Amino acid sequence: MGNKRHIRVMVAKPGLDGHDRGARIIARAYRDAGFEVVYSGLHQTPEEIVEAAIQEDVDMIGLSSLAGAHNYLFPRTVELLREKGVDDIVVCGGGIIPDEDILALKEVGIKEIFTPGTTLDEVVKWVEENVKPR
Amino acid sequence: MSSVAEKVIAGDIRAVARLIRDIDDGMPEVREILKELYPSTGKAYVIGITGAPGVGKSTLVDQMLNHIRKDDKTVGVLAVDPTSPFSGGAILGDRVRMQRHSMDEGVFIRSMATRGHFGGLTQSTRSAIDVLDAMGKDYIIVETVGVGQDEVDVVKSAHTTVIVVIPGMGDDIQAIKAGILETGDIFLINKADREGSDKTMSDLRLMIDMDKKKYEGGKWKPPILKVQAVFDAGVMEFLEEIEKHRQYLIETSDGLQFRRKRNRVQDELTEMVKNRLIEEVLENLTETGEFDRAVDSIVEGKLDPYSACDNLVLPALGVSSGGPVKGSEVL
Ligand SMILES: Nc1nc2c(ncn2[C@@H]2O[C@H](COP(=O)(O)OP(=O)(O)OP(=O)(O)O)[C@@H](O)[C@H]2O)c(=O)[nH]1
Ligand SMILES: [Mg+2]
Repeated sequence: MGNKRHIRVMVAKPGLDGHDRGARIIARAYRDAGFEVVYSGLHQTPEEIVEAAIQEDVDMIGLSSLAGAHNYLFPRTVELLREKGVDDIVVCGGGIIPDEDILALKEVGIKEIFTPGTTLDEVVKWVEENVKPR
Repeated sequence: MSSVAEKVIAGDIRAVARLIRDIDDGMPEVREILKELYPSTGKAYVIGITGAPGVGKSTLVDQMLNHIRKDDKTVGVLAVDPTSPFSGGAILGDRVRMQRHSMDEGVFIRSMATRGHFGGLTQSTRSAIDVLDAMGKDYIIVETVGVGQDEVDVVKSAHTTVIVVIPGMGDDIQAIKAGILETGDIFLINKADREGSDKTMSDLRLMIDMDKKKYEGGKWKPPILKVQAVFDAGVMEFLEEIEKHRQYLIETSDGLQFRRKRNRVQDELTEMVKNRLIEEVLENLTETGEFDRAVDSIVEGKLDPYSACDNLVLPALGVSSGGPVKGSEVL
């Protein structure tokens, strides 16, 4: 009796910085909210992230970045999805991201940016309200 | 043929990914597509890998991918991780170890959660195997955590079933004996760089040899290999053993049609019929409230469960019961 859609989310950590604590914490919060979380690991290129997201048929990609490369990595991910004709995977970002960057990122199609002030509950709630499992 | 089936057979990644999602989510419309795909299946070689959490299964799969791809063969991976019984969610982390293959078009990796719906895992994994098979993958590797019966059943439907242990797993080896020892075609002692691999080797050997009769008369005798997945040591030899086992199957059981051997087909079909009946009958009864009313009647002492079961099942199957249907007035 499995005909029930589950939200599937990919948590990815693009860029070169070597910490994935934040990504792991958010992955656990998603799991505890009942989502299936594909965790894809550190140091991923946007190309790898997009390819994995397609194979995993996720509803959302959550990008986490501390190193400040978000201005390239986040938009590139959105761009690659578009190039591949994928228009139904929501892309979000998290990390220490200055306000002025947030606006620009949203403009290119990042649906939401979570900064260190956002609680896990708030993040989960946002996903539940904005990401539909297919 | 439906366009989905056509796309899958043509190897369209997106179509394959979405179909597996629909299978996993139990969408009834996938049945028609799977019917169309079935004639295109039966060509892939399926390897099942199971073992306790953290023994190094994903690391091993990563190395296997590397070697198999050097031979220019294509691979599909289904990596199954447990669903949290508390939330119904899951963290699927096997991909992390296989990252370096994510841009390789000859490799398709899919993570799946066990979910825990009745009979669901085995059924949906088998269907997912069929999809990867139909898309033309030469090898399909299924990784499961060998804890539940479901997970063990999944790898049992492989051509070659591999059981991974690590040194010093004394008690765990006993546990394996109870459930899956019989199903292992190849045993691996991974992390052989650690202390105690000789002891584990002799423990395992002893247990396998206790079943000696099973291996008499040219039957396959499961080899035990020491490997160090993380250092790629022993992985080539492991792949050679898989090839030997494949040859053995070809010689002894109508080749790769092994998965369609009569007793296997019988088991799988039985399971499929059971699941389908439950899905069709129980779900309908639950929706109409009939099931709950029957429960009430039993609780209130108006009806015995045997009659209740008759009342529920027989009409649903279009069978009239032999005798008078007791207590039907309360339903
Ligand atoms: N010392 C040593 N460590 C290893 C070896 N193979 C794998 N590991 C390590 O074991 C840990 C677990 O490896 P995984 O491949 O994730 O294990 P797994 O069995 O897939 O784990 P689950 O999917 O969580 O059950 C990792 O830190 C690996 O680097 C080995 O041969 N020797
Ligand atoms: Mg694993």
